[in-house]
Amino acid sequence: MPDRTDLVYAYDGSFEGLMCCVFESYEQKENPSIIRPPGVQQSLFDTAKWIETDEHKADRVFNSIPSKISSKAQELIKLGFLTCAPNKELLIYHFLRLGFKYGCKVMTMLTDDTVCSLQKAVRHLTSESQKFMGFVRFSVYGEVLVAVIEPKNFVLPLLSVHFCDRFRNETFMIYDKTHSMALIYRSQKAELIFADELTLPEVDGTEIEYRQLWKQFYKTIAIESRNNPQCRMALMPKRYWDHMTELDDSIEQAKSKGPDQWRVAETATEILPTSIGALASPFQYPTRK
Amino acid sequence: MDIYNKLTILSDSAKYDVACTSSGVDRSGKQGSIGSAAKAGICHSFSADGRCISLLKVLMTNVCIFDCKYCVNRMSNDIVRVGFTPSELAELTINFYRRNYIEGLFLSSGVIKNPNNTIEQMIKALEILRNVYHFGGYIHVKAIPGADSELITRLGLLADRMSINIELPSQESLKLLAPDKTKESILRPMGLITTKIQESSTDLVKFRHASKFVPAGQSTQLIVGATPDTDHKILTLTEGLYRKYHLKRVFFSAYIPVAEHSLLPSIDIKPPLVREHRLYQADWLLRFYGFEAKELLDEQNPNFNLQVDPKCNWALNHLEKFPLEINKAPYEMLLRVPGIGVTSAMRILTARRTGPIDFSGLKKMGIVLKRAQYFITCKGKIMEGLKITSDGAIRALMADQHKLPSPYPEQLSLFNEPFLTREDVQQCLTGQI
Repeated sequence: MPDRTDLVYAYDGSFEGLMCCVFESYEQKENPSIIRPPGVQQSLFDTAKWIETDEHKADRVFNSIPSKISSKAQELIKLGFLTCAPNKELLIYHFLRLGFKYGCKVMTMLTDDTVCSLQKAVRHLTSESQKFMGFVRFSVYGEVLVAVIEPKNFVLPLLSVHFCDRFRNETFMIYDKTHSMALIYRSQKAELIFADELTLPEVDGTEIEYRQLWKQFYKTIAIESRNNPQCRMALMPKRYWDHMTELDDSIEQAKSKGPDQWRVAETATEILPTSIGALASPFQYPTRK
Repeated sequence: MDIYNKLTILSDSAKYDVACTSSGVDRSGKQGSIGSAAKAGICHSFSADGRCISLLKVLMTNVCIFDCKYCVNRMSNDIVRVGFTPSELAELTINFYRRNYIEGLFLSSGVIKNPNNTIEQMIKALEILRNVYHFGGYIHVKAIPGADSELITRLGLLADRMSINIELPSQESLKLLAPDKTKESILRPMGLITTKIQESSTDLVKFRHASKFVPAGQSTQLIVGATPDTDHKILTLTEGLYRKYHLKRVFFSAYIPVAEHSLLPSIDIKPPLVREHRLYQADWLLRFYGFEAKELLDEQNPNFNLQVDPKCNWALNHLEKFPLEINKAPYEMLLRVPGIGVTSAMRILTARRTGPIDFSGLKKMGIVLKRAQYFITCKGKIMEGLKITSDGAIRALMADQHKLPSPYPEQLSLFNEPFLTREDVQQCLTGQI
């Protein structure tokens, strides 16, 4: 395999696109040193090779994973794609190379740099999503529940599984400010959409009352003689506090207003395709088209 | 009185109950109902004292005809008395749950007129939650000692976990401080719950739709430091409760003085938090690490060393078993290395399948060597740069801890490096902290 250190692949940022990069590298017997999603600034001298997304090629790569490596490996790369690891494309790519070489053994190669980095990134993702299962705070607007989060990883697909099961008969939305995405669940169906911004109407009196009750409960339940802010901070870092009702200082002053309809800002475009074959799973990362 | 003040009073009186887990039952959502329960439990918040909040922890009422000396709700205490109506409580729970503030309800109560009357009130509240709101979230309920078995059974069919607090680890202490409770009045319902749980699980095998009695199991709480009972006594009792009554958890609560009484420690003592922490660590060793109480403490050493965690203490007393070769040691022995927990031990087993592990490999896997390094070898070698002689390790370990500058000793691990390990998080998720 020609090992050109300057070979750069550029792809459309979708999971299928990344699978096509893997396909290309095997077909052309080349080894990219960078796989670049859109929006990342290219360096002065690199001339990237654009990899076109082709569902057929993507499916071939993706579907070969369970038989050539293992279904756990397939799960791992799907999750890997949702992480915020800065080089997640290369990690997944190198992991697959190792996997196609060593087979299912790759999952136990915990001391290998690629394998341990990928698993670490996935652990970061899953632990963050577990935290959000608890830390997400919904506000009630009419009949709709709305929450805003700012996660590091793209946790919405993982939260979707949890909250859709829990709130089966509700209508809710979780807005991910970091990734400008929203999970919307209505009429027993969930979808992920892009939403550049979200404007929320003012909340009504009942909502304010419950916020105050919760805040009061939170204050009361702490035992003063056991006070330990350091421990709290370690378990619930400050970056989560912004969207947590009990730690919001503005609640006491909030004014109440009648119920209103919520809306996603008009820039939001519905994009989730309905049929994406084998890749359509709860972990699908939707692509902007 | 409005709901805001009721909530304040009734959560304030309930907070000394340390149990807060929402774990032990895996139940997915159902069409037409609201809520689910996660096996590992979910922490929804952490209070200023660093403890996990996962359930709305309140009393049905703080009216109580009992007069337990250590309790803030004792009859003789001059405080405002209030109570939730069953529908108020159910509505509050559902509204908190919908906003994802909580995983469910933790309901305890003072004894209103008599134990039966109290339990009937609690049953009413839970029936509204389960049958009117179709609530599928977690419910932890306190059984009231002295109530009829029939009522306890009905309560148990509505709840996920049930607990009866032993509070004081010996009969003498009970007689002294909780004259209205007897060993018998606590252990009889505890035995009843154990039997019902076992019956229910065999019924479930026979009839798929048999309703589950307390599917997340039974727990209890022991107060530490209100009486002169030793750690040895407490831990042996704990072990007995796991074996005989198949309890899911035994919680320890450092005694916090809320009442002045000649029989109690002075009102200005600090709660023995380090001692409580050591007991939790030991409890973990009993439940997940294959230790027995008699390995950790005996009549000669009846209390835990506050400076060193129980596993490290055990290892220092059994240096003949170390160092352990990471590439050969069985799982049970890996678990006995200070600093190596269940997750780390599993990872070592996995990685060993592909090839030998060295120290850098251990680090890559995320295993913290701060403590473990003194007790292990990799491919027959000790860690490079580590200067140890046979007893040098002890000195190094002991010297290390004296450097520990901490205003919060109870929450820090002895060797203080990773402030928060994966295990700490797990412990928290499962409600230990």
